[in-house]
Amino acid sequence: MSRISVIFRREFASYFATPLAGVFLVLFLFLSGLFTFNLGGLFDRGQADLRPFFQFLPWLLLFLVPAISMRLWAEERRIGTIELLTTLPFTLTDLVLGKFLAAWAFAAVAILLSTPMWITVAWLGSPDHGVIIASYCGGLLMAGSFLAVGGCISATTKNQVIAFVVCVVACFLLLITGFPAVQDYVSGWAPSAVVESLAAVSALSHFESILRGVLDVRDVLYFASVIAASLFANVLIIQWRKAD
Amino acid sequence: MNHELITARGLDKRFGSIHAVRGINLDVRAGEVVGFLGPNGAGKSTTMRMLTGFLDPTAGTVVLDGINLADHPMLAKRRFGYLPEGAPAYPDMRVDEFLSFIARARSFTGRDIKQRVDAVIERVHLSSVRLQTIETLSKGFKRRVGLAQALIHDPPILILDEPTDGLDPNQKHEVRELIRHLGSERAVVLSTHILEEVEAVCTRAVLINSGSIVFDGTPAEMDAKAPRHIDRNRLDSVFRSLTTVDTADPHTRKATSR
Ligand SMILES: Nc1ncnc2c1ncn2[C@@H]1O[C@H](COP(=O)(O)OP(=O)(O)O)[C@@H](O)[C@H]1O
Ligand SMILES: [Mg+2]
Repeated sequence: MSRISVIFRREFASYFATPLAGVFLVLFLFLSGLFTFNLGGLFDRGQADLRPFFQFLPWLLLFLVPAISMRLWAEERRIGTIELLTTLPFTLTDLVLGKFLAAWAFAAVAILLSTPMWITVAWLGSPDHGVIIASYCGGLLMAGSFLAVGGCISATTKNQVIAFVVCVVACFLLLITGFPAVQDYVSGWAPSAVVESLAAVSALSHFESILRGVLDVRDVLYFASVIAASLFANVLIIQWRKAD
Repeated sequence: MNHELITARGLDKRFGSIHAVRGINLDVRAGEVVGFLGPNGAGKSTTMRMLTGFLDPTAGTVVLDGINLADHPMLAKRRFGYLPEGAPAYPDMRVDEFLSFIARARSFTGRDIKQRVDAVIERVHLSSVRLQTIETLSKGFKRRVGLAQALIHDPPILILDEPTDGLDPNQKHEVRELIRHLGSERAVVLSTHILEEVEAVCTRAVLINSGSIVFDGTPAEMDAKAPRHIDRNRLDSVFRSLTTVDTADPHTRKATSR
């Protein structure tokens, strides 16, 4: 545990070592505000809840999470510090978990910066706080899944731009299999089992079901398994391709 | 304490069709400073990466201070300090932050962290840059940060890939003095392609060519292999003769031309 925390501390601090973190957080806040108020019409709906914010959140995460995860391993490869890290007394699991948790914590900071919106809504009306808390959990779980997938992709390359692009595509695929248009299209010709399994692997379907206000075990389990499987794959990729 | 600290048996490494290291055996005792010599691409770095576990050997075993590296990597990794080629470090960290991170990684806690960092900064003369970010350092200082990082836990084994590369003559001299001092009670393996360095700091020269050891002895024995009539750059001449024999050997030429 303490070995993981050594990695966590260095990684988390590294997000703030450059102005990039500030730029990122401001951009995140700006975009979430823009989506929520202008496109989502938070105030025009006459309803006190944060639904517009959470409905746009997956699409915001789709671009902002890969921006966090792209450097996780690609940068270590590029500057050669992967050789230092892996020859220090850490296990690969320490390294993968420490990095992932630091990235997740940073993403959580970004997401939780939106809490002033929550306060505003609570002040203007009487929202269902249970639904909002569940939705925040859903957003964090989705960010975690994207980060774990992105970490894996970052582990395969030295090039952050490639890591970013491939991660956006991968996360996009994870999202759109649950998109109504895709579901309709597929249900036109595929057996219903296929349609259902597509929905089952879609991060969007699970997220939307959380947005309804219940933190169902199946949905949590879905995100937990995406995270666990990706982290496991991440360890294997580093193990096999440490020196490439 | 003159026991074997490094024992490598039959170390072999292939990268696809490239046979980078071919069955190297090596024993290093405390008090020895071994200089790995060889032309670029000889397999020095690859060998050191197998000694530190960064690369898994295709065949062979590494035992460090009695601990089998493949069986007990976490224990074995505590026994050495390693300066990888190019002295990689995090560019946006300050020198003291980076060394504190390494100290924590080496399981130091609380006041010990600062004490270790201060001691090593003193030892490799980094006081003037301790608050600078690593990206702003000259090549020489960066190399010394890498050296500091390898020394922080005072390990019995030191593996240093080109420790004086990029240093100016004064800095080279300083680092050599330090290594010679460290080597009096440790096992040190360093790589270089500077022959005078071997004479200056090493108790033993190991010449590697095309992945095999072609000479293993004291620098004086190496010098003795030079023809009598050469009285200047004698080591250069031995180096050349030992590392070019292979190309004259028709068997190896066939193997490498594939
Ligand atoms: N990761 C790698 N993949 C493929 N070939 C490699 C890799 N690392 C080293 N090599 C090859 O192995 C040989 C030995 O390299 P190296 O150990 O770096 O030599 P040296 O350090 O003596 O200059 C070279 O031919 C090099 O191209
Ligand atoms: Mg080398």
